[in-house]
Amino acid sequence: MTQKILFKNIDEPGLATLDVYRARGGYGERLRMALSMSRDALVEELKASGLRGRGGAGFSMGTKASFLPKGQLDKYLVCNADESEPGTFKDRELMQKCPHMLIEGMIIAAYAAGANRSFIYLRGEYEQQADILERAVHEAKVAGFIGDRILGTDLSLSMWVHRGAGAYICGEETALLDSLEGKRGNPRLKPPFPANQGLYQGPTLINNVETLATLPHIIEMGAEHYAKIGVQNSTGTKLVSVSGHVQRPGNYEIELGMSSRDIIYGLAGGPGEGRSVKLWFPGGSSSPVLTGDDLDLSYDFDTLAKAGTMLGSGAIIVADDQSSVVDIALKTAQFYRHESCGKCTPCREGTNWTVKMLERIKSGDATPMDLDLMASVCENIIGNCLCVLGDAMAMPIGSMVKKFRGEFEEYIEAARAAAERELLAGLAPTQPVAA
Amino acid sequence: MSTPRIVNGIARYEHGSRVPGWDEAADLTKDPAGVPDPAVVEVPADLRLEIESYMARYPDSRSAAIPALKAAQQRYGWCSPEAIEQAACVMRLTPGYLAAVAGFYDQLETRPVGRRPVYVCTNISCSLRGADALLAALQDELGDAPDVNLRGFECLGACDIAPMVSVEGVYVGPVDADEIPELARQIRAGDEPLPAKQLINRPSQDPDASAA
Repeated sequence: MTQKILFKNIDEPGLATLDVYRARGGYGERLRMALSMSRDALVEELKASGLRGRGGAGFSMGTKASFLPKGQLDKYLVCNADESEPGTFKDRELMQKCPHMLIEGMIIAAYAAGANRSFIYLRGEYEQQADILERAVHEAKVAGFIGDRILGTDLSLSMWVHRGAGAYICGEETALLDSLEGKRGNPRLKPPFPANQGLYQGPTLINNVETLATLPHIIEMGAEHYAKIGVQNSTGTKLVSVSGHVQRPGNYEIELGMSSRDIIYGLAGGPGEGRSVKLWFPGGSSSPVLTGDDLDLSYDFDTLAKAGTMLGSGAIIVADDQSSVVDIALKTAQFYRHESCGKCTPCREGTNWTVKMLERIKSGDATPMDLDLMASVCENIIGNCLCVLGDAMAMPIGSMVKKFRGEFEEYIEAARAAAERELLAGLAPTQPVAA
Repeated sequence: MSTPRIVNGIARYEHGSRVPGWDEAADLTKDPAGVPDPAVVEVPADLRLEIESYMARYPDSRSAAIPALKAAQQRYGWCSPEAIEQAACVMRLTPGYLAAVAGFYDQLETRPVGRRPVYVCTNISCSLRGADALLAALQDELGDAPDVNLRGFECLGACDIAPMVSVEGVYVGPVDADEIPELARQIRAGDEPLPAKQLINRPSQDPDASAA
């Protein structure tokens, strides 16, 4: 049994309220301890924990916090709660059931980064979660955990929940900042990175919900102890969202380094009776797909990177042997076409062309050459845009074509033959085909 | 609209474009609208107050663009020219700026639609579990309900209850085929949608989450 850190007693009634959360040790000794450390010592502690960002990129949280310049100026902490990566729904459960864990983590992160203003950028669709979170922020303000001179220290922090309005791209950190500044959510050129010039051009630390919610626990158990959980370079526990063709879809807290088979079959129950895993996305729809042969891979950052994919946001989507890879590819490409902000040409046009080619495959108008054309379009997206949205389509589509090329070719032939038969049947009564 | 002429084998309209009516959206002889004059534009007091309270949260009041547009949409049903002009008047921005923001986000409606949003997730996980059929069935059931804005939507972050529907922000699922007529009736009547299937009451699936 994995040690539960984030999900311990997650269903306890009233956990979303300040009283129950405090009774469980929230905002208590651990927060006092964090705020009594020097900023440098706290950042070192976070670095020592080995905690890597849980939103998708997997960058060391402590290192990111250390990038913010020192000195007396307005600095910002932004919690990325835009959770829109298809297959991901872990932050939703965490915020809904234990919003104060996130708030406490944000206080600690703000102290580490020297930030005095903070925002939670929440996707607009999570309306019930937004209400819960706003209530919790209000409770924390009244109790003095948010505001001036928190717990008598020199830390002052404001906090607001900012609701988005439906745009996947706003999960990309620089697009999120533009959106939070009241603009269209277009990504910015990096560098400068947000740590130097982020929100309102000020130094900004941006972290995912799960990353921030982990901080109180790291302080409580000590970085050294936390770093012992998991495997090398992938320390701690991770919430994984398992969905698609499994019998028990849901969020599970696992120790990093667990076998993927144990997650998909052991925890989530695997595909239904008599079915098997055909392909799975290990880290959201942006991650290159793996097949049923890859189920014994250890679920951690480095192993998945070595296998040519990524852990991403920890969202496992499983498709069983009866699903069509062409359908999945089309759904994936359609999503990125819809969500491309349109700023960079390779992404705006490339995602559209890919959808058109996949539709051509479905309607029987494609030739096997189209697969190479599609691969070339994907290649020309990767690395040529301001952000990785286009790459996030190109990589999984590329991996599907590579790993299931035979199926794509068969599909193209079958669809072509069907279209031809239909055409001939339509011509038959008036124009008999010459023998 | 005139018929296109064939120029070098390409059908072109009178204004030279291959697209009919591209210039109809704007009056090209008029200057773009400036920041609305508060003396002329009337804004309901409660809407003004709500938008001003959002503006006060941020170091730069422009950050309130999305909340302000949402508030205006809540009032007028969509981001109508009137709604945008009023929000722009309070925020001291041009209507064009806010219209551009509204055009970017899926939840801000730039055409008149039903007031009550009902989103059916049709992304990968949900479609593997029958979301496309669910959307089609709901469209059949609710096609004639004028105040319902039924849409297929990209991933709503609830793949654990796939296939799912968001009824005015209330997530329900997994929706079985035989529950669709009942759900449609509840949506039409404005009742609680499938009370037993609401995400908000769903316990964690992690078997050890409740262990002490």
